[in-house]
Amino acid sequence: MKRKLYDLAHARAGDKGNTTILSLIAYKPEDFELLRVRVTPEAVTQHFAGIIKGKVTRYELPGLGALQFVGEGALGGGVTTSLAIDAHGKSLSAALLEMEIEV
Amino acid sequence: MGKKVRIGCGAGFQGDRLEPALILAEHGKLNYLMLECLAERTIALAQLRRLNDPKAGYDTLLERRLTGLLPLLKKNGVRLVTNMGAANPLAGAERIVEIARKLGLKVRVAALTGDDVLDQLDPQQKVLETGEPLSGIGPLFSANAYLGVEEMLPAMESGADVVLTGRVADPSLALAPLAHHFGWAVDDADRFARGTVVGHLLECGGQLTGGYYADPGKKDVPGMAHLGFPFADVDAEGNATLSKVEGTGGVINRMTATEQLLYEVTDPNAYLTPDVSADFTGVAIRETGPDTIAVTGGRGRARPETLKVSVGYHAGYIGEGEISYGGENCVARAQLAGEIVAERLRGQFQELRVDILGVSGLHTRPMSDGNHNPYEVRLRVAGRSGDRATATLIGEEVETLWCNGPAGGGGARKDTREQIGIVSCLLPRHRVKSQVTVFES
Repeated sequence: MKRKLYDLAHARAGDKGNTTILSLIAYKPEDFELLRVRVTPEAVTQHFAGIIKGKVTRYELPGLGALQFVGEGALGGGVTTSLAIDAHGKSLSAALLEMEIEV
Repeated sequence: MGKKVRIGCGAGFQGDRLEPALILAEHGKLNYLMLECLAERTIALAQLRRLNDPKAGYDTLLERRLTGLLPLLKKNGVRLVTNMGAANPLAGAERIVEIARKLGLKVRVAALTGDDVLDQLDPQQKVLETGEPLSGIGPLFSANAYLGVEEMLPAMESGADVVLTGRVADPSLALAPLAHHFGWAVDDADRFARGTVVGHLLECGGQLTGGYYADPGKKDVPGMAHLGFPFADVDAEGNATLSKVEGTGGVINRMTATEQLLYEVTDPNAYLTPDVSADFTGVAIRETGPDTIAVTGGRGRARPETLKVSVGYHAGYIGEGEISYGGENCVARAQLAGEIVAERLRGQFQELRVDILGVSGLHTRPMSDGNHNPYEVRLRVAGRSGDRATATLIGEEVETLWCNGPAGGGGARKDTREQIGIVSCLLPRHRVKSQVTVFES
């Protein structure tokens, strides 16, 4: 069965230059392992195809039930010169939670 | 555990709400109040104001914030630490002294300068983001190094009621009072890391107490119109309990704190500030009471030998135009409108961004399957040019859709604005000479 990450986790987006930083945090600690297995850097790269243009690096924070994704080349050349309406990519947290995973 | 010190955060960005700081100063039983008011672009914009007027360049809300705060800070013995000095801490300090005189208060203000390093940069120096030389990005007009605790300590030690800085690292606004209060050495990496965790949790104000978090029905937050901003009770080891003033809106729990701990952290193993390389991976967050969390477990390694510098440059002009369509087939009409504008502007812009707000504005496309058909959409066209008149063409062309575009276009708006770009570079620490100047009313 497929489920949206929205059902399992919450998220926050931050920015540094042309890099987006996406935190994915399991509501229940027992779901962290499922997220760790399914929400790989490759899966996130594919989900954000055309949006995150560079490398996606993932950090695991099991103590916090969280995964941290750092996506390069994601903000239209950089927050301060981007033409996007959401230049900071603040709404990319919601974009991440639209991803579906097999559970 | 030893005596604790209490630090509150009353503003998390330049334009933040005014009253959370007043509530903290009046009812928070604080030792220190921090106000973080300086984003990367904010200081560049302040630098432009100072270039126009040598008495300007400090935070444009300084007068309003301080007029309300000074009487409460003096009455309750709370010291203020803020980066509202922006591009001109000396003029800002003089202004605070004038405000204090008008209020009949005796106030000492310590202004920290030295972050302005524009004349120290080498044009051949590489931009961190792109690797190209600084000289290649456009006309530079500001460069501010992120100073830290070491530079702030003399201002803390001056005993000033208000410590007013320009560019310092955001968490340093909390760490400097902690290091001063507990006498932590500047190479005490573990305590500095834990103090940095506290500063990082506090620095965005309401983002720890339910702001940038709420999602109705999923993550409900009560009283968001009156969010209480956070304070931390910190012990001599840097462990902390965080909460907010009773009776204020918002919520603080493990979820809000985890979101904020990881916010904008590009490497949780090594969060770099001028003060420390902080490792967040061992941080533990426990809920210890209603709207109360305990935070422990940060570890640190030696601080970087270089300081990050934020460089402002003129990046041309952005032109923008918007118009709305509604009802049956509205997406197709908005798309047609976008194609018309793009055809008329062909060849004049390196990049022309055409968004259908409601469908593709935020993420260029819906991020999941299913029916995403909206009842109404808004066309937005944006582009950049080195020249203002060319940028203005975008809004003008969108506006002509009133009479020349698809059926039922309404609510056209146009805008042209100067764009200030920001890039970063590094500067060896020893090249920065900071100074503290004390003013008294």
